[in-house]
Amino acid sequence: MTETVVHEAHDASVNYLNADYGVRSWLFTKDHKRIGLLYLASITVFFALGGLAALMIRLDLLTPAGDLVRDDTYNKLFTMHGVVMIFLFLIPSIPAVIGNFVLPLMIGARDLAFPRLNLASWYIFNIGALFAAWALLAGGIDTGWTFYTPYSTMSSNSNVLSGAFGAFITGFASILTGVNFIATIHRMRAPGLTWNRLPLFVWAMYATSIIFILGTPVIAITLLLMMIERAFHIGLFDPALGGDPILFQHLFWFYSHPAVYIMILPSMGVISEIITCFSRNRIFGYSFIAASSIAIALIGFLVWGHHMFVSGQSANASLIFSLLSFFVAIPSAIKVFNWTATLYRGSVRLQAPMVYALGFIGLFTIGGLTGLFLSTLATDVHLHDTYFVVAHFHYIMVGGALMGYLGAIHFWWPKMTGRLYNETLAKIAAIIVFVGFNLTFFPQFVLGFLGMPRRYHVYPDEFQVLNVFSTAGASILGIGYLLPVLYLIWSMRYGPKAEANHWGAVGLEWQTSSPPPTENFDHTPVVTSEPYDYREPVEVKKVA
Amino acid sequence: MIGRFSLLPEQASTIAGQVDALYFFLVALSAFFSVLIAVAVIAFAIHFRQSKDRQVVPSGEGFLALEITWTVIPFILVMIIFGWGARIFVTMHTPPDDAMQVYVVGKQWMWKLQHVEGRREINELHIPVGRPVKLLMTSEDVIHSFYVPAFRVKQDAVPGRYTSMWFQADKVGEYHLFCAEFCGTQHARMIGRVVVMEPAEFQAWLSGTKGSGGDMVASGQALFEQLGCQSCHQGETGARGPALAGLFNKQVTLADGRTVVADDTYLRESILNPQAAVVAGYQPIMPTFKGLVSEEGLLELMTYIKSLPAPKTIPADATEPGKTHAMLPVHGGQG
Ligand code: HEC
Ligand code: HEM
Ligand SMILES: [Cu+2]
Ligand SMILES: [Cu+2]
Repeated sequence: MTETVVHEAHDASVNYLNADYGVRSWLFTKDHKRIGLLYLASITVFFALGGLAALMIRLDLLTPAGDLVRDDTYNKLFTMHGVVMIFLFLIPSIPAVIGNFVLPLMIGARDLAFPRLNLASWYIFNIGALFAAWALLAGGIDTGWTFYTPYSTMSSNSNVLSGAFGAFITGFASILTGVNFIATIHRMRAPGLTWNRLPLFVWAMYATSIIFILGTPVIAITLLLMMIERAFHIGLFDPALGGDPILFQHLFWFYSHPAVYIMILPSMGVISEIITCFSRNRIFGYSFIAASSIAIALIGFLVWGHHMFVSGQSANASLIFSLLSFFVAIPSAIKVFNWTATLYRGSVRLQAPMVYALGFIGLFTIGGLTGLFLSTLATDVHLHDTYFVVAHFHYIMVGGALMGYLGAIHFWWPKMTGRLYNETLAKIAAIIVFVGFNLTFFPQFVLGFLGMPRRYHVYPDEFQVLNVFSTAGASILGIGYLLPVLYLIWSMRYGPKAEANHWGAVGLEWQTSSPPPTENFDHTPVVTSEPYDYREPVEVKKVA
Repeated sequence: MIGRFSLLPEQASTIAGQVDALYFFLVALSAFFSVLIAVAVIAFAIHFRQSKDRQVVPSGEGFLALEITWTVIPFILVMIIFGWGARIFVTMHTPPDDAMQVYVVGKQWMWKLQHVEGRREINELHIPVGRPVKLLMTSEDVIHSFYVPAFRVKQDAVPGRYTSMWFQADKVGEYHLFCAEFCGTQHARMIGRVVVMEPAEFQAWLSGTKGSGGDMVASGQALFEQLGCQSCHQGETGARGPALAGLFNKQVTLADGRTVVADDTYLRESILNPQAAVVAGYQPIMPTFKGLVSEEGLLELMTYIKSLPAPKTIPADATEPGKTHAMLPVHGGQG
């Protein structure tokens, strides 16, 4: 892909990790790589918090009477789970951790366009996140992550204000990241790296950044209006004060539907990188995949009403939103077909990141197809607000987005830390996650079709069998997530040293040492060919 | 039926079979594509696993055809699904004219229902088999959602407005009624049952002990008089307020020039918030009844207003007071 290979001109033993020591050197760093790791630390903590809530929920649902906790506690648990997983984990996950780390490396840049803003975004994120976490833990919030009015403004007596304020603040971190990425992609590409040579992960980051910038202000305003009504009783959404409760739903989903693409597009980008590398093949349909990311980002802004088919919105509006939702499903299907075709006549290696990527394809396919059930008006009337929806979005957000995130961590771990984890353990973990995931969430499709509503603390006896399956699956899934935490941490100290290009990949980020030096490249690389050009076997360079 | 484990939900309404046919079509389609992808991925991963003499797919125009194929085929499929789903959805939104009305008020955390004949129920709905039933719903506090899985229908009950849904049960039995929209502490306990009965049995049930004395028209009329509505709405020429007979579902011209249809939500607004939509030709003198009449009371008032016989002819000249004023805003403009 480039003319420059690894330059070992500088002292290769100095890298971004050991160039400087001490807490200050981390807290005041402007290095995108270090900021990526700071984000990794933050969101791992939040993932654990959200996971703990999920564990409690699943345990409680073992019995129809919900014997573990009380009604209010249950409601606070699922709110905590949703808010934490969405706002504090999934939205920042790939962009802020992986994007931060590899985006400049992938385009041959020394850093992001605005390194100070980048650090600021991490601080803003943490301030907002800690605020929200405090609201969720000390007293709790019981509205669900959707904050529907007028329940949230007039009825709930939980910490809605502070929780929403926390989510509001984290939005600014998203916007800063989006601005930074777009500026960087426009201005800082290495010579020769034209738009049609950009790695697909970069395209995905670009599409995601568009949503960050266009969508986040809307949720910020929506949350603000909600807080104003709650605090000052100014009628906006509550009909008793002359407001319109459905308006809130329109505003909320105008952001939150695109937000689901914030969560999945980055994963799709990761999958394109992994599939090509581990099948040693150029991507099938480069321009179709790149264009479909942008199409998803844009059409995704026009389908929010598919969350409101039974809300009282007019039937005509529902018809249009249903139609548009089907349009957005097409680019997703195109991507799946193209990834599959990329394997064709490749040279496939089933190493750990690839196992995660193939798992992604399977789970995302099911998640996307069940999206069709929900975009279809007649079936959604029955399935809306049941466990079917819960299963659908977990297939996409956990089966898809989280699988992609784990794939990314495994793929770039040697680059990030300069160490190798245990391949066998990693593959086993991927398989445990895949099996546990399906056991947890597949029964929920059936539960939803049978009519079990979501957010139910107690439920009729006939739903118990499937709930027990689901809880059993969740325990397996829990183990699957715990394993990587353990062996990855272990590898940081005891893992064998990684070579510059451990996987034999062609991306620019593999052309510099592992871990990279603070300035990323000794010489600005020059790009002379298309991405994913695996025609020549790639040399696996040893670190000097 | 309630309480029995099964992997398929019961079908107990005329629409349920149609929804399920589409659902299983989608299941088949999804299974087909999932298996297709899974088989392709596994086959490629095994057949093209790492080996010495690896070949790389050359890029070329030929693949455009493939890309177009797998864009167009899914497109056609989803358009079929859309049309199919939309058709059933339109049916779900078109209640037959002879549907039996039942009024529903949701509140934290119970369902209050009332039959036109007067009988009230809580968390239970008794209906006859084989007859379309239309629910007119609202909520006293937050949003709730009326969900009967066996009928495959669901509709939010929203405070401050009316929503409606209809269904026709085709199987005698008892079915779950759930609240599907999260509404607070006891959301999961805001459940009940729908009891579908043979028509004769239902009639007997209906004329059993009544909840509140008379039927809804009678109690509505009583309320109408008690609240003093008739002092302005006695329906005569020169009355201070427009005549209400035959008003429901008619076009109304407002003082600000808009024309609106007098549907349930309009009637409700006219009573609770009269200044928001003043009928052309009248002074904005009607007081608000907000806080003076409950959601159930409102439904009774409306049932009464709807029951008033419409005037025989639509007068071209000024023989019918309210309506004529509504059409010829003589002194409305400056008011
Ligand atoms: C002080 C006299 C007065 C009283 C009492 C009053 N109204 Fe009215 N009402 C009016 C006037 C005047 C209008 C037309 C102007 C407007 O729309 O506000 C009206 C309009 C209406 C309308 C809309 C009619 C249309 O043609 O669109 C309805 C419905 C209505 N009133 C119902 C009631 C009910 C029910 C009550 C008792 C709870 C009531 N009103 C009590 C004076 C009154
Ligand atoms: C492939 C195309 C997709 C289609 C056609 C689709 C369709 C839908 C529809 C119609 C709903 C509303 C269901 C209801 O509430 O009744 C829904 C819910 C949801 N979807 Fe998707 N979806 C798709 C992809 C995604 C993706 C990529 C994500 C996330 C990464 C996602 C996450 C969600 C979430 C979070 C909800 C539920 C939100 C809630 O009510 O809490 N979906 N989807
Ligand atoms: Cu959506
Ligand atoms: Cu509820």
